[in-house]
Amino acid sequence: MFGRLTLEAFKHEGSQNFAVVMALLTGLGIFSYITYKKKWSWLWQEWFTSVDPKRIGFMYIITALLMFFKGFADALMMRLQQALAVGDAYGFISAGHFQEVFSAHGTTMIFFVAMGIVFGLLNLVVPLQIGARDVAYPFLNALGFWLFAAGATLTLVSLGIGKFSATGWLAYPPLSGIEYSPNEGVDYWIWSVQIAGVGSTLSGINFLVTILKMRCPGMTLMKMPIFTWSALCSMLLVIFAFPILTATLFLLTLDRYLGMHFFTAGNGGNPMMYINLIWAWGHPEVYILILPAFGIFSEVVPTFSEKRLFGYVSMVWALILITILSFIVWLHHFFTMGASSNVNAFFGIMTMLIAIPTGVKIFNWLFTKFRGRVHFDSPMLWFFAFVLNFSVGGMTGILLSSPPVDFQVHNSLFLIAHFHGMVIGGFLFGFFSGFTYWFPKFTGFFLSERLNKYAFWCWFLGFLMAFMPLYMLGFMGATRRLDHYEAATGWHPLFVLVGFGALIILCGVCIQIFGLYKGIKERKNNLDLTGDPWNARTLEWSIPSPPPLYNFAIIPTVDQIDPLWAIKRGQAPKSEKNYEDILMPKNTPMGLYIGFSSLIFGFAITWYMWWLAIISLLVITTCLIVRLSSKDVHEIITAAQVKEIELAYSRRAQTL
Amino acid sequence: MITPLNVHHTKDPFADTRLPDSHQDTYSKTVLGFWIYLMTDCILFATLFTTYAVLHSSTFGGPSSHDLFNLSTPFIETMILLCSSVTCGLGVLSAVQNKKNRIIFFLALTFLLGASFVVVELYEFVHLVQEGNSWTKSAFLSSFFALVGTHGLHVSIGLLWMGIMIVQVFLKGITLDTFRRLVVFSLFWHFLDVVWIFIFTFVYLIGVL
Repeated sequence: MFGRLTLEAFKHEGSQNFAVVMALLTGLGIFSYITYKKKWSWLWQEWFTSVDPKRIGFMYIITALLMFFKGFADALMMRLQQALAVGDAYGFISAGHFQEVFSAHGTTMIFFVAMGIVFGLLNLVVPLQIGARDVAYPFLNALGFWLFAAGATLTLVSLGIGKFSATGWLAYPPLSGIEYSPNEGVDYWIWSVQIAGVGSTLSGINFLVTILKMRCPGMTLMKMPIFTWSALCSMLLVIFAFPILTATLFLLTLDRYLGMHFFTAGNGGNPMMYINLIWAWGHPEVYILILPAFGIFSEVVPTFSEKRLFGYVSMVWALILITILSFIVWLHHFFTMGASSNVNAFFGIMTMLIAIPTGVKIFNWLFTKFRGRVHFDSPMLWFFAFVLNFSVGGMTGILLSSPPVDFQVHNSLFLIAHFHGMVIGGFLFGFFSGFTYWFPKFTGFFLSERLNKYAFWCWFLGFLMAFMPLYMLGFMGATRRLDHYEAATGWHPLFVLVGFGALIILCGVCIQIFGLYKGIKERKNNLDLTGDPWNARTLEWSIPSPPPLYNFAIIPTVDQIDPLWAIKRGQAPKSEKNYEDILMPKNTPMGLYIGFSSLIFGFAITWYMWWLAIISLLVITTCLIVRLSSKDVHEIITAAQVKEIELAYSRRAQTL
Repeated sequence: MITPLNVHHTKDPFADTRLPDSHQDTYSKTVLGFWIYLMTDCILFATLFTTYAVLHSSTFGGPSSHDLFNLSTPFIETMILLCSSVTCGLGVLSAVQNKKNRIIFFLALTFLLGASFVVVELYEFVHLVQEGNSWTKSAFLSSFFALVGTHGLHVSIGLLWMGIMIVQVFLKGITLDTFRRLVVFSLFWHFLDVVWIFIFTFVYLIGVL
């Protein structure tokens, strides 16, 4: 009846019990708050069943932030353990549980935080930037989100029921094979990543078609805002890379469930093939994350420098080059595999080449600021921190791309410092910049600029303190994933320093949470009535904040790269206010149903509950057939209604 | 009058106006999106082909492709699938000519051919397993079953889809929706045919040589 699931699965060690209780209490708190406020039907009608990309974008980002707290708690636990567990002291986490923690940290941060943020931002910004009212496939969009949410929830479930994978965030075989990891951990990992990954592929197709097919009249490819360009390149990478992940996980599943021999140590299996395949996805994946961050800075820097972006065309070609190059560098993740020196040299040189387009972008941003009127608002502060951290991280990346150097520091903390520099200093700082930049657009109010700046300084200094010493520790021989080390190594002081850095970052996170709370509470005093608070250049700022359901009452026509500047300077012809009826897709709960069934499916198959797995698979199939066989349902917003909404907005703007 | 053009404002200048679809861009968007989906599927198969190529000689002392395969069964399968592609294409042509009963006839024929393909493939699999050459024996056999089995799974899903299409065409006739779904389905079916050609070449033809 319950497959492998027994009462044993609910017994954990102290620290994990604490986490489970905290998670349950948080969930219970949110649940009772919503019930107390009687908001369930509102949530269901306005959010859970919504196919509006703005709503879906919000849900992506909220889910990603919730998952961020979990991943960040994992990180704090590891850093605390490493600051304590030296010599005779063994810290507070057992070696076995420590492995689960670092596996969960990486999986959560990449798959459920970073990917969620990317798709969240794309949902919010891309339709507005291209002057569209919707995405190409609204239902597919909702489905992608709910699959993502199902995968994220499955990793949370593993916290309370059974164990998570203890094989690192990419589950290298043969360790992750059934012989060496016989319990449910790796299965939890496989299914949560697989379900979310399928959602990512679907969303990737959706946004590619949206950008290719739904741009407003006049917006040729070379007149698209750079963020949309970065989204286009990022989605191309999703489309090319995620099927490889799906296939690889599928093969690992076959190994574990059907006793096949793709990646086993025996019967002719080839574990290195897994590592090749997973990085053939994994390297493009890091560019899927960083390209939108590049896009964000390409919007932020010109806006806060009051200048056009320097070198638009070179920016686009740099993006395209990075997109192509990212597929021919995967072997640099395992130079130590033992490939011939020619093979290693090829991949080393290809890796170094990526520095060229990336350097072009850095210089373009710097030249944009040159002789501009630079405003030091918080989005711009994140940019300064980004340039510093990303350049340092990029330089160490170039060091690592040389195979002889890589042999020395492979899997050391040097590597950890490098890629956290790229992911935090690059991607996350980019997201924070975009978050503060677009926040008033989508919520209609501002966050406290002072708190934003405090949070920035905590993050920036905390990051330097938490990660720069790791470069030194790496040179001193400290490897990654250590739960204990000897005092004679001399690493202890640096690990303590690193721990304090993590605590400073924690302060930054707390300030951000408080800032959000305060901002929402005092939102009536900080409204953005103009719709264009930063004097920006792209179409999303030409409409009120928060945007109406239909985004654009009149679809704009564009004839240059910075359309809003043209309008503000009177260079663009004024569009006539002839409103028309607008057709918008109707809400549907099908995406939620399918996502929920996928969660049940993942849970059931992890625990070998075959009957439940089959039932949930049947439910998924039925929902899909019903949805795909039905007629597209739309609702109409009449021209009179549109006129009324637009008038209300313009009256509000006149109160300024 | 409200047409979806209000939502999707980009008119396709290259739209084929002979097709029975007044809102061209729902049609062209769906077809483009499905093409892109097929490309992702193509990469999935490419990954499986790659693993097959890598593990082809990892027989671990067990039988190799040379010992196991003959060309007669795969040749029959190829012929069945090629014929089904023709009948599927004829089905779409009947849709363009607005002939409902002929669509159902050709789809049913395609369904029969597809089903017999799956039966032949299952027969081959059962035969292999009964001789003791199942997927657990060696990495080579694992990769063989995974590659050919995934294609078979796709064909089976295609059969389910085709069944639904027959019912839809029967109930609703040729509408914008059913026509679009038919076209997209035929893309899927032809794609599976192309993948099979590669399987036939790389797995069976080269395997027997």
